[in-house]
Amino acid sequence: MDIFAIPHLHDLGQAALGGVLIGVAAGGLLLGNGRIAGISGLFASLIGRWRTTWKEDLLFLVGLPLGGLVFRAWHGEFHLLLPASPWVLVAAGLLVGFGTRMANGCTSGHSVCGLARLSRRSLIATLVFMAAAMATVAGMKAL
Amino acid sequence: MSIWKQVIGLGSGLAFGLGLAVSGMADPAKVLGFLDIFGAWDPSLAGVMASAIPVTFVFYRLARGRDESLTGASFPSPPSQVVDRSLILGSLIFGIGWGLVGLCPGPALEALVFDGRALIFVAAMAVGMLAYKGLARITA
Repeated sequence: MDIFAIPHLHDLGQAALGGVLIGVAAGGLLLGNGRIAGISGLFASLIGRWRTTWKEDLLFLVGLPLGGLVFRAWHGEFHLLLPASPWVLVAAGLLVGFGTRMANGCTSGHSVCGLARLSRRSLIATLVFMAAAMATVAGMKAL
Repeated sequence: MSIWKQVIGLGSGLAFGLGLAVSGMADPAKVLGFLDIFGAWDPSLAGVMASAIPVTFVFYRLARGRDESLTGASFPSPPSQVVDRSLILGSLIFGIGWGLVGLCPGPALEALVFDGRALIFVAAMAVGMLAYKGLARITA
């Protein structure tokens, strides 16, 4: 049997490899700087009252697109498909900003860092936002 | 040493951004495929959490044996275990926004250098954050 015929197997390997990098990054930020790699939280702290850690927090966020540029330089392309309507981007951005502050975390803070700290809050948050996102995708297709 | 904090900040941000791109999390089409459980479901992104969480866990365990971080910063207090209404409602709202476009905050910031329209999302995200902060202040 040709295992490469199994759909998504190559993608699963890529996902796992990317996950290791994310884990090293999130783990390294805590062990090195004592900071939780929660991207919504770090971003919110930079548009609010600045902490004494603002420099290294800002550099972490600046590193994200740099990582993307390194990927493109190495891989040759960077897939990014955004919806045609700017209003969908506005609505989604507002909901993501409001919701992540209300829940005190997003995919990085809750689903990676929070779960790695065995936080019950993060487990509940992850289950709720995944279910809501899946329902939204199904609902949008039904429209 | 402050310079090391900045090197670690930039280095981990870069590794995180690279990891998002390698895994497919930075591609909204891929994320929407993962969320489309009733359609042509692409479960591969489950591999991101399956590997990121145990790797992060090992680092966090190493940190637990120390009084302070490698650069002398204090560690955050243990996570709260309280599940309240704002956690549930906030996650619900975030999930709807995530499902609309397939962008969560990290990939959105990463997208800024590849498509100028990502700025619309990021600006709206900032407004949403400030709106919650304002609302929380009024209702407090």
